[in-house]
Amino acid sequence: MPIDPEEVRHVARLARLVLDEDEVTRMSRDLGVILDHMAVLAEVPVDDVEAPVHASPLPTRLRPDIPEPSLDRDALLAGAPRVEDGMFRVPRIL
Amino acid sequence: MSTPWEAVIGLEVHAELATRTKIFCGCPTTFGQPPNSQVCPVCAGMPGALPVLNAEAVRMAALAGMALGGIVADRSRFDRKNYFYPDLPKGYQISQLAMPIVSGGHLDLPLEEGPKRIRLIRIHLEEDAGKLVHRGSSGLAGATHSLVDLNRAGVPLIEIVSAPDLANAEEARLYLQELRLVLLTLGVNDGRLEEGSLRCDANVSVRPAGTLALGTRVEIKNLNSFKFLQKAIESEIQRQIRRIEAGEPIVQETRLWQEDKGTTVSMRSKEDAADYRYFPDPDLPDVVLDDAWRAAVSKGLPELPAARRERGVAAGLSRSEAHQLAGDPALWHLLETVVGHGTPLRDAARWLLGEGLGCLADAGLDAEAVLDRAGGFARLIELVRAKRLATPSFRKLVRDVLVHGAEPEALAHERGLWLEPDDGSSARIVDEVLRSLPDQVAQWRSGKHQVRGFLVGQVLRALKGKGDPATVGPLVDRWLETPTAD
Ligand SMILES: [Zn+2]
Repeated sequence: MPIDPEEVRHVARLARLVLDEDEVTRMSRDLGVILDHMAVLAEVPVDDVEAPVHASPLPTRLRPDIPEPSLDRDALLAGAPRVEDGMFRVPRIL
Repeated sequence: MSTPWEAVIGLEVHAELATRTKIFCGCPTTFGQPPNSQVCPVCAGMPGALPVLNAEAVRMAALAGMALGGIVADRSRFDRKNYFYPDLPKGYQISQLAMPIVSGGHLDLPLEEGPKRIRLIRIHLEEDAGKLVHRGSSGLAGATHSLVDLNRAGVPLIEIVSAPDLANAEEARLYLQELRLVLLTLGVNDGRLEEGSLRCDANVSVRPAGTLALGTRVEIKNLNSFKFLQKAIESEIQRQIRRIEAGEPIVQETRLWQEDKGTTVSMRSKEDAADYRYFPDPDLPDVVLDDAWRAAVSKGLPELPAARRERGVAAGLSRSEAHQLAGDPALWHLLETVVGHGTPLRDAARWLLGEGLGCLADAGLDAEAVLDRAGGFARLIELVRAKRLATPSFRKLVRDVLVHGAEPEALAHERGLWLEPDDGSSARIVDEVLRSLPDQVAQWRSGKHQVRGFLVGQVLRALKGKGDPATVGPLVDRWLETPTAD
């Protein structure tokens, strides 16, 4: 079942994606198919299964507070589209 | 008559933890380094880089939680808070939503009339974002473009969220001051609001006095000094009251304090409020802490400022002296070290505040820098207490002892400042001097008691600097009050 086009526009806005009307229609249908597919899982009886607390059952590993070398700045900035004064240059925000 | 209104205020404080490295990678956290010089694939958000939690950040968060009376969770969890902003390279911030490391707790405001308890809701761990430098204008508005420095990205933060228990701007300022002092005393934060290592947002609403329902709340951001915090909250309370009395609604929104305008301005309203789509971070398993770990951490809890002030007052200090000493953890450490050499707390405190602080300020030194001189300082106090040195001699020697590390005994000897053991010579000189000043003595006897200072001064002069006002004063009094002396 297709999902509400308004829902699609909301999710697109959060992901900073621009969709035209055709894409909104197609996405509401495609996302609907995926959700229908996931709904199959809801049919499985899980009453006697304990809910997993996290993807990993083990406690997290902790790291000692000891500095390690950072990246060379030129290497860090090498992949940036624009650089100015040793910083990533980004378009105006407002 | 207009309705009396009351304000309801809660604070959210972000404190950078004083770890050496970032929360999820080994990059250093040193402030003021060249831009992007402390960045690695993890804190730059490069694909495939995996976070590993800094043990010290967990310890510091737990220590803060314990000091503030909260419960350190057996199990806490990191979540991804998703939003886009140029200072957030991964497109999400790792934070804690449903399972924070600390729940509950409280902070007692040291009010004149007695402590007021402010409840805490939670303390959670998260990573800081990078820093933006705007170009083409001094602020964000009007900038032609912006530059991103990721040195701060990934620095560990704790966010401390209070209940809405603060009743006015003054209490809010006191809360932030006391919280800052607790974190400084614990050594988990450097307390530098001006560098942004301690930041504060305020939630403010108003309601008719005495009612219980909460009004619509407004969040104020960017309160980076005690003065701004107080002024912004005062101005926001007045703005809300004016609107309500004019029959206009309060919009739930985020506002920014603007110092030049002396008011808050709207930043974003609820309609486009962020939808962060939190979910547990699959890269970070749960943080699991047990009683043995908590017991080990709690061993590192120092005496807190409130307890220090109480102990100071119990030892005979005034409330303001106790506040001044406990208000500077380095100074308190120096005080404790002097006391550790056997000086009573009251004497150590009085001499430190009266003479020590001035010397340090003149020399541009921090109390921490002269800790190894505490022994000499303690002996100097002891020499005065034992009447081997006169009080004015203390003032002559204190700088050399505290700032330059001189030995007080050697210095007193060198400068000939030892008081002679009193064999009755002081009393004899008092007698001689006062007999030579019959006019002033007569004045004193006729009720002009202010002449006493002059008489004591004359005796001290005759004693050539070896007299102690504390000894000479009573001798002069006894002489004057004894009628047979005529
Ligand atoms: Zn890093």
